[in-house]
Amino acid sequence: MNETPVSSNNNGAAANGAAANGALIRLQAVTKVYGTGIAAVEALKGIDLRIGQGEFVAIMGPSGSGKSTCMNILGCLDVPTAGTYFFQGRNVGRLTQDQRALLRREHLGFVFQGFNLLGRTSALENAELPLIYRGLPVKKRRVLAREALASVGLSGWETHTPAELSGGQQQRVAIARAIVTHPKVLLADEPTGNLDSERSREVMELLTALNRDRGITILMVTHEPDMAKYAARQVHFMDGLIDGRSTEGGA
Amino acid sequence: MFLETVLLAQRELRRNVLRSSLTVLGIVIGVAAVITLVTIGNGATQQVAEQIGSLGSNMLQLRPGQGFRGPGGASSDSKRFTLEDAQAISNDIPGLAAVAPTANASTQAIYGNENWSTSITGSTNDFLKVRNWDLDSGREFGDGELQSGRAVCIIGATVKKELFGGQEPIGQSIRLKKIAFQVVGVLKSKGQASFGNDQDDFVLIPIRTLHRRIAGNADVGGIMVSVRDADAIDEAKSAIERLMRERRRIAYGGQDDFNVGDMREIMSTVTGTTKILTALLAAVAAVSLVVGGIGIMNIMLVSVTERTREIGIRLAIGALGREVMMQFLVEAVVLSGFGGIVGIALGLGAAAAGSVVLKVPFVLEPGIVVLAFGFSSVVGIVFGFFPARKAARLDPIEALRHE
Repeated sequence: MNETPVSSNNNGAAANGAAANGALIRLQAVTKVYGTGIAAVEALKGIDLRIGQGEFVAIMGPSGSGKSTCMNILGCLDVPTAGTYFFQGRNVGRLTQDQRALLRREHLGFVFQGFNLLGRTSALENAELPLIYRGLPVKKRRVLAREALASVGLSGWETHTPAELSGGQQQRVAIARAIVTHPKVLLADEPTGNLDSERSREVMELLTALNRDRGITILMVTHEPDMAKYAARQVHFMDGLIDGRSTEGGA
Repeated sequence: MFLETVLLAQRELRRNVLRSSLTVLGIVIGVAAVITLVTIGNGATQQVAEQIGSLGSNMLQLRPGQGFRGPGGASSDSKRFTLEDAQAISNDIPGLAAVAPTANASTQAIYGNENWSTSITGSTNDFLKVRNWDLDSGREFGDGELQSGRAVCIIGATVKKELFGGQEPIGQSIRLKKIAFQVVGVLKSKGQASFGNDQDDFVLIPIRTLHRRIAGNADVGGIMVSVRDADAIDEAKSAIERLMRERRRIAYGGQDDFNVGDMREIMSTVTGTTKILTALLAAVAAVSLVVGGIGIMNIMLVSVTERTREIGIRLAIGALGREVMMQFLVEAVVLSGFGGIVGIALGLGAAAAGSVVLKVPFVLEPGIVVLAFGFSSVVGIVFGFFPARKAARLDPIEALRHE
């Protein structure tokens, strides 16, 4: 693991000791401001958060609490206005757009509430999409995509397009797409938001299994306490801050 | 990797076959128009060159006045030639195969109830030699007929058809300007000539006969000369010029009041004109290529907007901006390149059909095919660039939120 000693880390490191140095993700006093001047909105007001390798974290909070903004920053889609975000010891805020894209390509997987599969494209092709950008030859891609679909229980559905799949199946294709690259972190934005309770349970069990069996770190935004229960740790957002109901990581 | 991008692009385009086809239509029409026009234009140029060449590349044409005035129209106020001029050329200049003084008139030719408006040329037997025209039946003029200006004529195939129909014309008399001319020969058909002239619509009579009985003067409108050896043509040309300056008493350094036309000059003038016309038409057609390009840009912009969410997904999972840009650029180029190929096929087909209808040879120029394909691809790059850049610059967060 590529660790960078951070000498300025004087509040959290002392308290958490070794766990802090091993943290996969570390947010320090992260703020995010949208707009400028009078119209400026402070979505994040100074977030400190550390997440260790292999954790399953549920991120909760009402709309407008800053949890989505935080997810965008954690997913390297956005950068903090102030504060620092270290991913594997790398200061994400200092990376260029292309460098962040490469970081996402290498280490992150995304699952969205609306599935966000490519329409009129087979499950197999959807699942292999991230591999295209890794420049893998087509045969290798097919093998890996098949494996990923099998691991989400969709063997035999490779040629079906999203329109021919149920919501639960679509979300499982999306999960297959997210894990096909064997990422370190899976970011799931309300993965069960569009599913009934039965399908939600299936998806949650799948995520739990991936976390348990493969050690994939999972960060999941959810509204539903039932879903949050699957996570070992919960982080509550309120008005741009993490509030007291959050539980500490055990990593 | 690039091949894969192309495959991906054509798969994307096949998803919307109707739209892709309509988008490509502009390019197809543009390329097809350019190819058709240039190919037929080249055919026409070649045909004109061949026809002029068939007149004999070793032919020289003396006309009064200065400069070449285009086919058929070389009259001027300058002093006419005389039969003596022709005689002098024939006597004094070596290496000539034939010297034919000519004078023209046009009148009605009448036989029985039929009449036909035609052009009459007065000349000698050398005229047939210079033009490489052969008799179909009958004979050439006799020396006595030429000297004494007898009313005899040799007629072209069109005149024969119009006046005699299926009858045998040899020995019959036709009336030109109320004078009866005995038909002694019929020329072989030469087919449609350049400039819309029918070379078979023609009556040849001895030049003295034309002078005495039809024109009423002794002017020689022009002198046609055939040089025996094509290599000696420049030599013969300057010898004729020297002789004529002498005969027409042009002072040293004075302007010639005649010119000796060389078939090569005439050919380059005429083919040059045809080429310019072809280029102009092709330029007009090329405008439709640009219009086609704008069509592609339009659809690519629509496509980028429609696929905003897809672009967001690709960017989120780690596609670089330039990779997304390349994807859309390749789509545009595949579109326009495909349009180019279809347009080339269509254009060559139309040119082949057109050359049959217009009776011009089908001259395929590989250069224009390559150029058309290259240009259509460039159109794709140029007009695909802006939409592709727009796609590449999308913010993944915004793009994912796009409905």
